[in-house]
Amino acid sequence: MSTEAPELDFTPIRSREESQKISRPSLSYWQDAWLRLKANRRALVSLYIVISLLLFTLVGPLLWRSDPAFQDLDQISLSPGSDRQAVIVADYVPWDGAGGEQGSGLRVVDVATTQAVKLKWDPLPGALGHRIYRNRVPIGPELALGIPLADYVDAGTLTHEDRLDLHPRDYYYSVVALDERGTPQRGSFQSITVRVQRVITAQDAQAQGLIPAGEEVQLDDTVRLAAHPLGTDYLGRDMLARLMAGARVSLFIGIGAPTIFVLFGVAFGSIAGFIGGRVDQLMMRFADFVVALPFLLFMILFKVAFGIGPGESGVLPMLIALVVLMWPATARLVRGQIVQIRQQGYIEASQLLGASRPYLIMRHMLPNTLGVVLVTLTFEIPRAIFTEAFLSFIGMGVAPPTPSWGSMSNEGIKNMLTTPHELILPAILISITVLAFNLLGDGLRDALDARLRNTE
Amino acid sequence: MTDEHVIIDSESDFARSAGKQLAAYMAYAMLAMFLLFFLLSELAAMVGGSSGRGAIDGQSNAITIAIRQEPPQLDHTRASDSVSFTVLTHAMEGLLGYDNDNRLVPGVAERWEIRADGATFWLREEARWSDGRPVTAHDFVFGWRKVVDPATASIYAFIMYPVENAEAINSGELPVETLGVRAVGDRVLEVSFEQPTPYFEKLVAFQTFLPVNEEFYEATQGRYGADADQMLYNGPYVVSEWIHSASMLWEKNPLYWNKDNVGFINVIDVAYITEDVNAKLNMFKDGQIGDTQLVASMLPSAMEQRWNIERFMEGSIFWVVSNFRDGRITRNYNLRRALQLSLDPVEFVYKVLKEPGYMPGTSMFPYWIKGAEGSFRQEHPPIEHIPDVEKAREHLELARQELGIDEFPPLVLLADDTPVGSITAEYLQASFARHLGLEIRIDKQIFKQRLLKAEAGEFDILVNGWSPDYDDALTFGDYFASWNLSNRGRYSNAELDRNVRIGQTSLDSAERMRAFAEIQRIAYEDAVVMPLYERGWSFVVDPRLKDFNRRVVGPEVDYRFAYIDVNDE
Amino acid sequence: MRWYVAKRILQGLVTVWFIATATFFAMHSVPGDPLLNDRAMSPEIRANLEAKYGLDQPLARQYLVYMGNLLRGDLGISFVHENQSVNDIIRERFPVSAILGILAIIIAAVGGVLWGALTALYRNRLPDYIIMFLVILGISVPSFVVAALSQLTLVTLNQAVGVSLLPVAGWGTVWHMLVPALVLGLSTMAYLTRLMRSSMLEIAHSDYVRTAKSKGLPPARIFTRHQLRNAILPVITVLGPQVAIITTGGFVVEMVFAIPGLGRFFVEAVQQLDYTVIMGTTVFYGAFLVFMVIVVDLLYGFIDPRISLQ
Repeated sequence: MSTEAPELDFTPIRSREESQKISRPSLSYWQDAWLRLKANRRALVSLYIVISLLLFTLVGPLLWRSDPAFQDLDQISLSPGSDRQAVIVADYVPWDGAGGEQGSGLRVVDVATTQAVKLKWDPLPGALGHRIYRNRVPIGPELALGIPLADYVDAGTLTHEDRLDLHPRDYYYSVVALDERGTPQRGSFQSITVRVQRVITAQDAQAQGLIPAGEEVQLDDTVRLAAHPLGTDYLGRDMLARLMAGARVSLFIGIGAPTIFVLFGVAFGSIAGFIGGRVDQLMMRFADFVVALPFLLFMILFKVAFGIGPGESGVLPMLIALVVLMWPATARLVRGQIVQIRQQGYIEASQLLGASRPYLIMRHMLPNTLGVVLVTLTFEIPRAIFTEAFLSFIGMGVAPPTPSWGSMSNEGIKNMLTTPHELILPAILISITVLAFNLLGDGLRDALDARLRNTE
Repeated sequence: MTDEHVIIDSESDFARSAGKQLAAYMAYAMLAMFLLFFLLSELAAMVGGSSGRGAIDGQSNAITIAIRQEPPQLDHTRASDSVSFTVLTHAMEGLLGYDNDNRLVPGVAERWEIRADGATFWLREEARWSDGRPVTAHDFVFGWRKVVDPATASIYAFIMYPVENAEAINSGELPVETLGVRAVGDRVLEVSFEQPTPYFEKLVAFQTFLPVNEEFYEATQGRYGADADQMLYNGPYVVSEWIHSASMLWEKNPLYWNKDNVGFINVIDVAYITEDVNAKLNMFKDGQIGDTQLVASMLPSAMEQRWNIERFMEGSIFWVVSNFRDGRITRNYNLRRALQLSLDPVEFVYKVLKEPGYMPGTSMFPYWIKGAEGSFRQEHPPIEHIPDVEKAREHLELARQELGIDEFPPLVLLADDTPVGSITAEYLQASFARHLGLEIRIDKQIFKQRLLKAEAGEFDILVNGWSPDYDDALTFGDYFASWNLSNRGRYSNAELDRNVRIGQTSLDSAERMRAFAEIQRIAYEDAVVMPLYERGWSFVVDPRLKDFNRRVVGPEVDYRFAYIDVNDE
Repeated sequence: MRWYVAKRILQGLVTVWFIATATFFAMHSVPGDPLLNDRAMSPEIRANLEAKYGLDQPLARQYLVYMGNLLRGDLGISFVHENQSVNDIIRERFPVSAILGILAIIIAAVGGVLWGALTALYRNRLPDYIIMFLVILGISVPSFVVAALSQLTLVTLNQAVGVSLLPVAGWGTVWHMLVPALVLGLSTMAYLTRLMRSSMLEIAHSDYVRTAKSKGLPPARIFTRHQLRNAILPVITVLGPQVAIITTGGFVVEMVFAIPGLGRFFVEAVQQLDYTVIMGTTVFYGAFLVFMVIVVDLLYGFIDPRISLQ
């Protein structure tokens, strides 16, 4: 019912055209689809997520200008929000064992810093050598002393300089006597608690720009180390910057490959569908062959066969492999559509009016398959992203140092117990992306094609 | 209004009764699934797999362990991987062997004699094959001939080259019968040398020198070592069951002559074959296996579990090798020296790898190599490496002038695809870029392709590792000999070659060690090789399992002297 | 009908030939070969090895020999695991992957149908929200993360209880399979749940259900006879391809849970460039896939009389 219905019972018709006008604004296919998509809250949110992911990838590096390849060796495997205070110290010089004459038993010489912890001890009774242990937890009745740092099989060495992966925290060092076979006698040991202070050398601090220009550097000053909002990875690289760089690779493969093979599939399918006959048979048989190739096995095989040269990231071979193996599904779909459309009356009408073949394909056939194609594309993106992640997991992904979310997760899984953020962050990004494209695909399908409508 | 009411009622009524129906279906489905499970478990048992007896079984004196990989086959004439060597150490015995303290001890040979021109081994009478036949000198002759036979195409044939005619036979110039080894009766083995071989007693402890029974070998029709029953054993254990890539069972060999002193555990159940250290850790935590390796990231949680963490130097050394082939800029001494001086193995091992088992590299000879009297490295300390970026840059400048270039081309770094290999490559790339401003292109390849590129010389610098074949300095000392095909950089230096010759043939132990010290010096001063680290493992063993060992040479893990003490929980 | 089956099988055979050819050439274009070893070998030893494996022949000849053997069903001898034929390797390892896959698909199908029905029944109520949230997780979290996390959870659980409730890795008893199969089937289950839910809802609004309701049929009967039965049909339709995906896609689960299946073995073989194993596995899986598709297509004809097999 028209909303502009007049109040009066009888009024002359203003004009014939007016009465024939459709009261609702005329909507093109795309406008209608957009309206329907907008009504779908989930799809809309997904669309925003996809847009923000693209912004994160493209604009992010402009805002967060940290170099994803820079290795901050003072802050390796740092979890997000760690303390960044550090004291400036002199450059490292190997310890000659001097100092710490006073005191007895196991003791620390100088200040224990993340640069080095210098330990000195007196010979244990009956020891033919000593072993140094370090623990993260206080030593309990089980006498588990932690990780063995070094064995000194001569009774004369009574110093040890520990430089292994030191963090600002408490450590529990122990020294144990060794017998003639080099076996530790855990019954007799001495132990000590050491608090380690985070330090950085003046040289490094300057090189990293932690000290404002023109300022004097003094030993024992406190500086704040470079900020890493999402922490760092196993080589001290900034996670945020790496996630952005990884996004570029993952999304490039995830969106690039499907775009290319869907386009190829459309071309292949529409040619086959339009020409029909023997050519169609032959082309579709070929597509069937490719479909029959076991996907993951051939992905691995192609990845190896294409090879990655020195300095190459391996993104391109993966892209090619994906395209080579994934196009037939779209081709089949499009061909089916074209064959269907070809039998429609308006095509015949158009042909009778003298439309050329290219015109028919470009004007009538392709636009009518576009909806299906777009939906396919959206659903293929998560598949491509998963495939990239899977290949990276089995060690056949992109080559280092190029990051991708998949390879980052793969590295993260190894450190899952100690620094879970290295796994969780890229895994969450993969999940969000996959989910967003899936929901967007659902929304698009509902909006674009009433026949494929999902009843929800 | 009333109408609507009815509808709502019937709707919720519908849901309730349909829900009941669904619940019933779920119950059926559960029941069906349980039945299916048991059906499948029967099936799976037929396919084979883990027994699930638990890590330590004090009652039946058995342990359960995991190995890294499936041995390709157990025919030692062709074996070339450390997993096969591990199995062979338990199941076979050569002329000589090692005891629990890594001392060379008699095996099948009761006593022996090494001369300049050859050696004689007197075999013990009690040595038996697992089918009861005596182990004779003929078995050794047959086994050794098989190794050098070109038809066998053994990769480790080269290790037998000190035996007379071995090399010529292997390249098809002489018939196998001319090999310099013969049986004098059943119990004396005479060996003649191509050249003096002072370290021969250490060589024969290597698995390639094991015996094979000819009659049995021929009866297997080319399948010797392919299955548990396709082999005869003469060691402390027999492989009684081998389900490929799933599990193995090693049982105590009742016919082994020394069974009272070697092999205390009755059954070693190799129930798992997996390379995944995380899976192994989880199985250890769960009490399924007796020991497991710990990588750096597992250590904090291992400490919180209050485990007794052990450490072991595994024997191999990893280094960066330069390419000396024509046309490579790494031929330039100053460039190599610049790379060497800018490299800090201590920082790399302690800060980046974080492995307490690893030792920063200082020499091309690992710390455990024996010298004339004690330790080689104590007798001949290597030149101390002090990283010096300033000096490195000076050398780089010199190199630039010598090469007559403005800008250094990118250097290709060939790396393997293991996790540590990737970290190494990434660290080196950043380190050389930061200190020297050089661009490094990482070329990470899967195993076989990396080998191809290394062999073809398609690299500027190469990260690789070398593990010892036998317990003598020569196993590392001859790596850079110009004729050694494993010398991937094709380094060639007459002075170094001369010292390798001394190391190979001199009968004077002190002189040999001096020669190796010379090699050590040349390798450092000419910046031939940059040692990164000596590899070691952190590991944890079930407290009830005693005297379990890991070895530098031969097997990775050694359970021959292990025993169970159930009192120690 | 008979003609149709024969035609499909013939097409299948041609497809297998295509797969074998593609694999053969893809693999031989890989630089390097399986004979390379850490210890460099002399040209003599190398020549011996090449002769032994026929790698000294021209590629075309190698291809013909391989195809000839393939026709006889002989997949050759492994390069790495000398003395083991690829036929034996597949015979030993495929059942492991297959059992795991079958279990996973059964869990996925039963779970998918039941959960889907449940969510449709309790649409927009708490059970629906909980299950759909899990479904979303199942669809969007990468399988290796799920696998690693579930193993970790199991270990923690076992440790907390102090008894080994379920083994954390390995193979052998039914208890070993439970968690890996669940992980393997998870994404398929999520997919099927969604499918089942929407198909249930569609049918709930269909004319025949309305008719049944107005006829006054008992609700339980309407639910089982009309709704559930018809809603399962689209689920069965997608099951065919899913079976193939699952049985050949166990790489991750097999690696994480130390299961001696064919998938894990394939990855190792690729690392080693074990030509015969790579080709054998690929051809075998390809043939398996083709066969599965034919079987499923034929089955549809029986399940759904609307589809004619012509």
